[in-house]
Amino acid sequence: MLSYKLLFFLPLLSTIITYPSGIFFGERFAQVISSGLISLSAVLSWYFFINFYSSGTAEVIIPVLDWLLISGQFFNWGIAVNSLTLIMLTLVLTVSALVHIYSIEYMAHDKSKTRFMTYLSLFTFCMVALVVSDNLIQLFFGWEGVGLASYLLIGFWHHKKSANLAAMKAFLVNRVADFGFLIGIATLYIFLDTLSINEIVQNREYLPLFHINFFGFSIDTLTFACFFLFIGAMGKSAQFGFHTWLPDAMEGPTPVSALIHAATMVTAGVFLTVRFSELMVMSDFVMTFILIIGLLTAFFAASVGFFQKDIKKVIAYSTCSQLGFMFVACGLGAFNIAIFHLITHGYFKALLFLSSGSVIHGVHDEQDMDKMGNLFSKMKITAIMMWIGTLAIIGFPYSSGYFSKDLILSSSFNLDQLGSLVYIILAIVSAMTAFYSFRLIFKVFHGEYKGDYDYNKVHESGIVMLTPLILLSIGAIFAGYFFNNLLSGYGSKEFWNGIIYLANEKHSYSSIFTILSKSFVAIGVALAVYYYGFNLQKLESLKSQFKSIYQFVLNKWYFDELYNKVFVNPIYDLGKFLWNKIDQGFIDRFLPNGSASVVSSIAKACKRFQSGFIFDYTFIIITGFTLFITIIFYISVS
Amino acid sequence: MSFPILSLLILTPLIGALTLSLSNSAQLKNKTIFASGLWITTGEFLLSLLLPIFYDKSQNGYQFTEFHTWFDKFDINYYLGVDGVSIPLILLTTFLVPICLLCSWNSIQNRVKEFVIYFLLLESFIIGVFVSIDIVIFYVFFEAVLIPMFLIIGIWGGENRLYATFKFFLYTLAGSVLMLLAIIYIISITNTGNIEVISKFVFDENIQLILFLCFFASFAVKVPMFPFHTWLPDAHVQAPTSGSVILAGVLLKLGAYGFMRLSIPFFEFASYYFQPLIFSLSCIAIVYTSIVALRQTDMKKMIAYSSVAHMGFVTIGIFTLTQDGMNGAYFQMISHGIVSAALFLIVGVVYERHHTRMIADYSGVTNIMPRYSFFFMVFMLSSVGLPGTSGFVGEFLVIMSTISVNVYLTIFTAVGVILGASYMLLLYKNVNFGNVKADIKKLTDLTNIEIFYFTCLAFLTVLLGVYPKLLFDMIDASISIGIL
Repeated sequence: MLSYKLLFFLPLLSTIITYPSGIFFGERFAQVISSGLISLSAVLSWYFFINFYSSGTAEVIIPVLDWLLISGQFFNWGIAVNSLTLIMLTLVLTVSALVHIYSIEYMAHDKSKTRFMTYLSLFTFCMVALVVSDNLIQLFFGWEGVGLASYLLIGFWHHKKSANLAAMKAFLVNRVADFGFLIGIATLYIFLDTLSINEIVQNREYLPLFHINFFGFSIDTLTFACFFLFIGAMGKSAQFGFHTWLPDAMEGPTPVSALIHAATMVTAGVFLTVRFSELMVMSDFVMTFILIIGLLTAFFAASVGFFQKDIKKVIAYSTCSQLGFMFVACGLGAFNIAIFHLITHGYFKALLFLSSGSVIHGVHDEQDMDKMGNLFSKMKITAIMMWIGTLAIIGFPYSSGYFSKDLILSSSFNLDQLGSLVYIILAIVSAMTAFYSFRLIFKVFHGEYKGDYDYNKVHESGIVMLTPLILLSIGAIFAGYFFNNLLSGYGSKEFWNGIIYLANEKHSYSSIFTILSKSFVAIGVALAVYYYGFNLQKLESLKSQFKSIYQFVLNKWYFDELYNKVFVNPIYDLGKFLWNKIDQGFIDRFLPNGSASVVSSIAKACKRFQSGFIFDYTFIIITGFTLFITIIFYISVS
Repeated sequence: MSFPILSLLILTPLIGALTLSLSNSAQLKNKTIFASGLWITTGEFLLSLLLPIFYDKSQNGYQFTEFHTWFDKFDINYYLGVDGVSIPLILLTTFLVPICLLCSWNSIQNRVKEFVIYFLLLESFIIGVFVSIDIVIFYVFFEAVLIPMFLIIGIWGGENRLYATFKFFLYTLAGSVLMLLAIIYIISITNTGNIEVISKFVFDENIQLILFLCFFASFAVKVPMFPFHTWLPDAHVQAPTSGSVILAGVLLKLGAYGFMRLSIPFFEFASYYFQPLIFSLSCIAIVYTSIVALRQTDMKKMIAYSSVAHMGFVTIGIFTLTQDGMNGAYFQMISHGIVSAALFLIVGVVYERHHTRMIADYSGVTNIMPRYSFFFMVFMLSSVGLPGTSGFVGEFLVIMSTISVNVYLTIFTAVGVILGASYMLLLYKNVNFGNVKADIKKLTDLTNIEIFYFTCLAFLTVLLGVYPKLLFDMIDASISIGIL
């Protein structure tokens, strides 16, 4: 089965040889070779996907190398091929290949092009390792590996202080969540004695039998493990509370944002949740938790996306919000729909990011939307692409977002109670999505140009950048239509083949609800058009009327400030205290220095007895002798 | 009588040192002395490679044993042997010593002959510790290690070296005295110095507690565990680069090795009895030193504090008294030996060029020294415990084993892991990224020698991270014997 291994080794090969080939054969060669290798694996992934689907096998596992030893067991580097991993691979490799190609032009003026391509390939390799893993250790390897690649790429322009800080923030926030993940892994291992994902899923019914005492609560191991796995997922997928790193991550070059922070890496959390769907559904607590976190994130991120000025930050918050949608689907038990939305979102969000990259490129690295406007006439293709992406994200009929988003809304009726509440929140968030997406379109492409950069120099990007956009737009339009039956419709049972949990038949969901949700979206669009297209002044007066809410939203609900106050600063101060007061002030003072000074003061005291003067010695002799006699006397008497 | 390879390993550097000391230093150039030292230690390294090659993994117990009667009356003998636990540490030692000499090639200019002699002595003594299966021999070597180390820091150290050396000596000696008393007592009761035999002897429970604490005093200082750690930052900061490398790379492992080899097999009851004490001290060490490391302005001090934190993982792992925990702790020891040594070398590289260890004096180094920052990145990530590097494997196994022992322990290690990432990333960012300072521009990138040894170290780090089976194959059986 060498052929499946190719998917694993081609990106690895690209990671290894890109940098050296850049040194020996020039930058252009390195760019071409890495793009070529990744494109090849992308094509292969589609080939395997189609082949595998027609073969009807449930899962193939291919060991690659012995890895870690735990209590006499070795764990393999391995490849698990099933419908879930393959469909993820097609998305990851396709977007990655397009981003590789796009970067050739986008990074044309950068000094370290080969380094950039190496990091991109490294990311791709780690992501593939994550997706195809058949055990939790390798999954964790990929998990941390994509985190590393993300860290390297966010801080790619390392002369920028903000980029460095953002990179660190991303790494550390993820680190916190990753530890949750690690605890989840360890729990599963200790109670099931295996790390193989298949065996864990097979033996899942033993998990609720054990209990863990955690801060006085007795929690069954299933809930414990699932909860901590989900904490890991929250970090990577930037869910509420762990989201702070994602907007800052926009400091990285735009192709990176498209690949890592929109289409692939951030969806790893969703992937993990779905991979363990059979476990997750067994715990009501965890499912409810996922649902609530998903709803919170979807709403929170959409609200913050309202008034961001930076074009990339708007899209970043929109990504965050859409990830919330996917988790809502997970929390509702509709894991297949979560994956469906993951796929469609991957295409249209990558399209949106790459288009915004094209805009930024065209206006000479300006990202502030207040300094754009009326770019439509200057970059028509980019604008059309952006329009397509926007229509897909708001769920315009028969675009890809239409299918997947509608299914998430409809699955809210899986819930026995409160389903309609979930539905209404989702519908409102959809309206908000429509509002900020169209706000972006209007601010960037229509109205008046307000930038500092000479309008006449604004230019459309070249063919190398536009081709990936056009290819992605095909995905953004047709992915929903193409995958609809396969992932969620009539073909879904055969397709998933028992790999993930599939909810039972849908509850009654009439088309009236689709129309209702679409009318919410229409209101969102209409408001955006009304305010940003025609009545900007009215908006300003509204802003000043609701100043506190506006400030609250603009400042991202003050999360960064809160975290700095609660975590960062106290630890920093504590460090100073412990070092100065405990290490040097206490331990050193009493242990080494203390014992040394005791010795030296005793020595000083003893020195007095040896003054060298005869009368001192006489005095000591007489005193000593008297004492001696006295003691003898007392002892003999008693 | 088979080939006495272990004696040869001890004697080769010793004879080398003797020959060098008898030679007339006035006639020898510094480079010649270095080169001869390098030849000897490289030969030693190749010799030590025979151990894993001829070690029979299917057999339990000590191999390559050598036995010569010494004090017949007390059954104290010159008894050497190795098992899976000692071989990797011997290799680590013989691997790091040539690197120590290589990295001092330019930086040590005065008293070169003495410098090389002390390093050879040090190597010989350290190997002696790892190969002895007699408790008296063990003690002799264990203490002897201090002397060359003391001299290396005291003669070639920084401005404040005297304070550091005395602190170092005071701490370690205080512990050793107690251990000596315990050893004398043990021999008087068991009438033997043979570690294997003593391991089978069951001491009275109350006696065990006292004896354990005596050994603990010595080993805890070496590891070092909180609150006996304050000698380490000072010793590191004042030591020359090579001194720091051997100190962090091997000397700290002597304490943990002592726990594994002596404390736990000898005092089973006491090991369980003192589990909570060790856990709490280790947890404090991990969290406390990580927080302190966050505020350091001196690169070496930061890495020294990080060493304390990492060794906290080792002691936790050992005292979970489970196979996973011990395996993990041992792996962490080896990994830390490679990675912290490499990090001190990393600091040494810029110190040699720029003559300052202050983090604030550096900025944007990656633009001037791209190769340097690449290697720095590899070791930084391994120190942080990224999967795929050696740092991950040990940490992972230790954390895994803590869950079965105590969940709170896991939480503390978690905090340590997160803080560990914070200070290492901060260090890396401040040194390598940002705008290039004017006086950084004159720095030159790594020389070929530096690239050579960094490549070796980086290769090992990644190899052990990707294929840890290499090490586990060696240690697994031996550790399972050591477990009670």
